[in-house]
Amino acid sequence: MNAILRHLVVLPVLVPLVAGAAMFFLAEARRTVRVSFAVVSVLTQLSVAIGLLYLTSDAAPYIWPEGVGVYAIGGWPAPFGIVLVVDRLSAVMLTLGAIVALATLIYSVAQWDRPGQPFHSLFQFLTMGLNGAFLTGDLFNLFVFFEVLLAASYGLLLRGGGAPRVKWGLHYIAVNLTASFFFLIGVALIYGMAGTLNMADLAGRAAALAPQDRALFDAGAAILGIAFLIKAASWPLNFWLPGAYSIATAPVAAAFAMMTKVGFYAVLRLGTLLQEYETLGAALFYIGLATLVSGTIGMLAAKHLARLVAYSVLASMGTLLASLGLRVEALTTPVLYYLIVSVLTTCTFFMLTGMTDRTRVTDTPSSAETRATEADAEPVYVAYGIKQPSMHESDEDVGIAIPAAMAFLGMIFVCCALLVSGLPPLPGFLAKFALLSTVVHSVAADSAPVSIWVLCSTIVLSGFASLIALSRIGMRLFWSVAARTTPRLRLLEAAPVAALVLLCLGLTVAIEPVTRYLGEAARSLHEPDTYIRTVLSQETRREQQGGPRP
Amino acid sequence: MEIVYALAIGILAGAGVWLLLRPRTFQVLIGLTLLSYATNIFIFGMGRLALHRAPIIDTANAPVDPQLYADPVPQALVLTAIVIGFATTALFLVVVLALRGLSGTDHVDGQEPDA
Repeated sequence: MNAILRHLVVLPVLVPLVAGAAMFFLAEARRTVRVSFAVVSVLTQLSVAIGLLYLTSDAAPYIWPEGVGVYAIGGWPAPFGIVLVVDRLSAVMLTLGAIVALATLIYSVAQWDRPGQPFHSLFQFLTMGLNGAFLTGDLFNLFVFFEVLLAASYGLLLRGGGAPRVKWGLHYIAVNLTASFFFLIGVALIYGMAGTLNMADLAGRAAALAPQDRALFDAGAAILGIAFLIKAASWPLNFWLPGAYSIATAPVAAAFAMMTKVGFYAVLRLGTLLQEYETLGAALFYIGLATLVSGTIGMLAAKHLARLVAYSVLASMGTLLASLGLRVEALTTPVLYYLIVSVLTTCTFFMLTGMTDRTRVTDTPSSAETRATEADAEPVYVAYGIKQPSMHESDEDVGIAIPAAMAFLGMIFVCCALLVSGLPPLPGFLAKFALLSTVVHSVAADSAPVSIWVLCSTIVLSGFASLIALSRIGMRLFWSVAARTTPRLRLLEAAPVAALVLLCLGLTVAIEPVTRYLGEAARSLHEPDTYIRTVLSQETRREQQGGPRP
Repeated sequence: MEIVYALAIGILAGAGVWLLLRPRTFQVLIGLTLLSYATNIFIFGMGRLALHRAPIIDTANAPVDPQLYADPVPQALVLTAIVIGFATTALFLVVVLALRGLSGTDHVDGQEPDA
């Protein structure tokens, strides 16, 4: 039994790969089969992630007593072979990713996956890339999984077509390709100096480097850091995000909620493993602060809900990065809690924008423009021999519509506003409160209290500003009665949104066990010796026997 | 050899960055391509430059002296990087063509700056 459970680690990568690839062989018309493949795959990922969550915790010490599971993919031991490593942080991220994937998948089935392109396959590959990035114990495979999820995200972002989407898609691809080259240069430098790509092995070798090699190694780590910060959308490398996220279709943008967090995860993982905090921290603090401020200003300036939500992603990334930059170990637990809440919030909010967009009757100038360009573009589609996709989804009904649609939308909007601005009773408040109180309590220990007060006041002011921005947009959306229609909401769309809000409520109630688990995750992050020892241990090598030996 | 190699990387990367910052989509595409060449050569160079050394260890004439062999890892990495870079650049080319078709201009913003 234990031997089988050890293989759970590889499932989050394998299941979506197989499911996504199998869907290519299904005829276009067999939508039901395809959808059931996708749902089964995501459900499997969710249950595996929850299983890993349990197995890495203290409650189940019989498989991985230290909470770190190592899986040698080819049977070759680390650091020579490629390993997947699951620890508590990875398990949390996997579970969060699976929840987001499940919600967006169900939401997309309502109508968004209609036009012919292989939506479900790309979606599976996106989850595969995310899961792989959270699990890999090897720097180059981190790159490969990043590319898998980015390649899938390019396709998903362009879904629906139309000039604005293609334009922002072009920017998005160009920026992320450049970031990938940064990633490669950083990886190459690190390999050239340390001679290994295994993250656990790297930690030990980095400490033992000669001073003249150390400079180049640090340069490599810094270039790698830039690549991660581009993916994490930190200022001033984030101008691609608001346009790209607000132009994507609602379920795609909601699924992207997880993507910026991958960059943050990589910074957190490598920062703790390589002990780069001393050099990284101060810069990270100011970068985070600038991201937070730019996100807040963007929220105040946004005229459309989708743009506002995209900027709120920046604000949450800024809060995360700035808190990480303070280099207070006790902060990691509230930071992780905040991360979970902000992912769920962003996901819910983007799904909501997909539904509120349909209340609009009169064309705003921008969408009128869009239609004009679409009409111009018709010959192009004819030339390429494809059906012109519609920017505006059909009203073809699927499933059951829910009553009191406007009231439902309004309720969800209020919940999202509370979550973003950090007001009780939803966990946005608890997350910010835990963050701020930990920051304030660390004053005595820290020698630079000015930065702490700057961070606290910026977070509070940003919450206040987002409240103003959200009330303004909310009033325009729901209270300006002229030229609004009540949309028909399908149960399939409404249910995942409601479920995510309920999950957020659950996070408020269950804050005690959740933070206890996150505390353990943070502790093992800051004591990387266990991680390093387990990955490189002889015991791990013996367990893997049966595979080819070097 | 090292100086030629370094110059090649520098020129490719410099030209790539310059083109990347240009406003026309085709220039950006070529810039990305040049940048990917520079990156790939750089990765290869990180395995140290050496002549007449095979990356595959021949176990027939043991004992093996690692000094006589090149590091195979960067060569494996660069193969992966070439494949991924080539595929994503090809995708970028498709998007460039789509934008050209949809907007009627080859400016990266989909409209002429003064229009």
